[in-house]
Amino acid sequence: MELLPTIWFIAIAVLWTGYLFLEGFDLGVGMLMKLFARNNTERRVLLNTIGPVWDGNEVWLLTAGGATFAAFPLWYASLFSALYLPLLVVLLALIFRAVAFEYRGKVDTDSWRNRWDWAIALGSFLAAFGVGAALALTTTGLPLNANGDREGGPMAWFSGYALLGGLAVVGFSLLHALAFLALKTDGDVRHRARQWFVRLLPVLLLPIAAWALAIQFLDGKPWTWAAVVLAVGAAATAWLLARRGSEGRAFLFLGAFLVLGTASIFGAVFPVVLPSTLDSAFDLTISNASSSNYTLGLMSIVAAFGLPLVIAYQAWTYWVFRRRVSAAHIPEAHSFLPAIAAKAFTTKG
Amino acid sequence: MDALEIARWQFGITTVYHFMMVPLTIGLGLVVAVIQTAWFRTGKPEYLRMTKFWGKLFLINFIMGVATGIVQEFQFGMAWSEYSRFVGDVFGAPLALEALLAFFVESTFLGLWIFGWKQLKPAIHLACLWVAVIGSALSAYFIIVANSWMQHPVGVQMVNGRPVMTDAWAVFTNNTALVAVPHTLFGALAVAGGFLLGIAWYHLWRRRHDGVDTVGADGRVIPGEDTRIPGRDRADYSVWIRSLRIGAVVAMISFAGTAVTGDLQGKLMFQQQPMKMAAAEAACHDGTGFSVLSVGNVGSKNCDDVVAVIEVPGILSFLAKGDFTTEVKGVNSLLPEYKEKYGSTVPDNPIYGDRAGQEIQYVPVMEVTYWGFRMMIGFGGLAALAALVALWITRKGTVPESRWLMRLAVFGILAPFGANAAGWIFTEMGRQPFVVAPNPDPSGIDQVFMFTAAAVSPGVSAGELIASLVALTAVYAVLLVVEVKLLVTYIRGGVVSAMPELGHAPTDENEDETPGPDGGSKPADDVLAFAY
Repeated sequence: MELLPTIWFIAIAVLWTGYLFLEGFDLGVGMLMKLFARNNTERRVLLNTIGPVWDGNEVWLLTAGGATFAAFPLWYASLFSALYLPLLVVLLALIFRAVAFEYRGKVDTDSWRNRWDWAIALGSFLAAFGVGAALALTTTGLPLNANGDREGGPMAWFSGYALLGGLAVVGFSLLHALAFLALKTDGDVRHRARQWFVRLLPVLLLPIAAWALAIQFLDGKPWTWAAVVLAVGAAATAWLLARRGSEGRAFLFLGAFLVLGTASIFGAVFPVVLPSTLDSAFDLTISNASSSNYTLGLMSIVAAFGLPLVIAYQAWTYWVFRRRVSAAHIPEAHSFLPAIAAKAFTTKG
Repeated sequence: MDALEIARWQFGITTVYHFMMVPLTIGLGLVVAVIQTAWFRTGKPEYLRMTKFWGKLFLINFIMGVATGIVQEFQFGMAWSEYSRFVGDVFGAPLALEALLAFFVESTFLGLWIFGWKQLKPAIHLACLWVAVIGSALSAYFIIVANSWMQHPVGVQMVNGRPVMTDAWAVFTNNTALVAVPHTLFGALAVAGGFLLGIAWYHLWRRRHDGVDTVGADGRVIPGEDTRIPGRDRADYSVWIRSLRIGAVVAMISFAGTAVTGDLQGKLMFQQQPMKMAAAEAACHDGTGFSVLSVGNVGSKNCDDVVAVIEVPGILSFLAKGDFTTEVKGVNSLLPEYKEKYGSTVPDNPIYGDRAGQEIQYVPVMEVTYWGFRMMIGFGGLAALAALVALWITRKGTVPESRWLMRLAVFGILAPFGANAAGWIFTEMGRQPFVVAPNPDPSGIDQVFMFTAAAVSPGVSAGELIASLVALTAVYAVLLVVEVKLLVTYIRGGVVSAMPELGHAPTDENEDETPGPDGGSKPADDVLAFAY
């Protein structure tokens, strides 16, 4: 077994887990803008819990993509080209979502805000769904030929697993966001988020648990089965803790569920990174898809310093903005400029 | 159009668009950091106002760069999978490092800056902006290292038909990158300079137009105050005159910077990509002269149609080699060399589809390279000259009342953008038909090259590419309108649009009339500077 490709397989699994952990709650908060928040003040409470951090969270996706390109170019090339249309949707969703965060409060009219709220909610939903579908498909396989190219046309990637993976990440993100809001807000939002969390946990975790189990039946190893069992235990603990009102610990145990769940999935498929559903001889594995040891070694050295540093300063950001946000903190919408802006953006009819 | 051409249009459109936002982000970020540093050291209110105002415009633009940047990373794999497979071992690393070492820094510390006005100590808050700005510059470095490897592949060996990195130092200190990075950074600063100059001019003009500022008998400005509009006081005057001067100086320095680094690039291009050099000149025959104006069919494949109307002898040699006599090879002498080295027909490989067996067009589209090169220099020089003139005109402290001059200053903002876009279009189109241009250095690795025609994803259909081209272009167009409208609104609103604490809307009767000290009306336990 090759050491460096294995290390990079683990590194990429860590990056995806980091992405799902961090952007998971901000994607979920985005969806909750339309599902949960009841008025503009609540929506602003939601937004400001993730305001300082969502962009940093999204970089985990870019890093996961970039690391896949650098460490396993053939995996990157085959996966991204085979999933052309779903990834296009993810890109458009992320574009609208990012712009919406920044522009939503820049003009003081309801129609302006409402439009961007939809962009945030739908953008978050589609991004979560698309990323989930892509991750599920890289674990269950795509119709790839000997060169690693997709056979069968633009929709050949579609399968039940795509749907399951999409729902898995959407469901997890929603639940994670509820845990996050219970931890980061105060007042009514906090209370309701905890209630929703307790009520919805079984439903929202069902698809991700189903995905993890399906993978175990396909490729499970004893330790990955154990990880699934532990993950379920962590979810149950999170549920009990949330019921008792320990929001911080509930959030952590849900995080543990995610870590164990992704470990069980990535661990089960190892050393295959992208199976071909046409012929297992065309499977991409850590050996036939990876870069040279020289490149992987170089990247290992940089990542060994870089990744802990990233985690350290991102953790510091969460520490700086550790206070709970509540409706009482939300100031009036800027009264002067948006008045001018509203005029400029109000078109007749 | 087949898949290849659609994919190329898409890459071109999305990249040029992305690179409208990026230079403004890099340049304006640095300017705002310098201004906030001035505020930190002097405590002068106009510096705080400048930080807030320019910072707000910076953020409106920044987000568009972020949003469109993700497309860039994904489309290598999506639309150019064969390219990704071929270069991944060496090209992927700078991309991954860009995300790990630059994007994380930029996004995280900018988040701290935006929301941390009250949570962080002033020195730390300022430091966060500087760290984010350094992150932006670092991302420019990494992406240009990646791009420069496509222009001038180094530090690799061919293993099983693919280049494999053997010397990371060579890749990360590629001389092509070492001159392209400062060139790009100066280009970005030029954009910021023009941006400050044009907008500050507009506000000085409006203050004069509205009779707030007047001009004395000696022609010197007498700054005034307009009590009807919040924040339109004497400090407001200082905001704009200082912004104007900073902008003009930045524009001139950065043009000098682009000229020096561009000159170094020309000399490298002469060695590394002689065909691009010839195409920049639309030169068929060997020669020494730089054509200021050529007529005839510049893009004709039979380039004997091109007639140079005004030509300065010796200048081309100077651009290429630093003397006035070196013969720079024209297309006619280069073509046989390229054909001999890299083949005259497209190889018989299924990857090329219908193109297999056709003659390879080694000459780039010369209308684009010839005019791209001249537009880059022309727009850049024009902006620098305008900045110099602007400094002279405003030496007595304000701008003339002329509305046309004001419009010129505002539309002049576009010139450095044009120079940036033209420069990139020139250098990327000038590399064709290669996506990875061969490195002709005798000590180099001459067989490391890739035709663009071989780079596109074989499994992706033209239909998918059309769908994405249309969707991305449409979305980008809509967002451009929104961004520009927002920018214009905030620019028109002036400083108060970024600092509502300066005053309240005159029409807003219900509001408390006394604007308290900073944050006085907010709860004492303000948890963050609410930006959203």
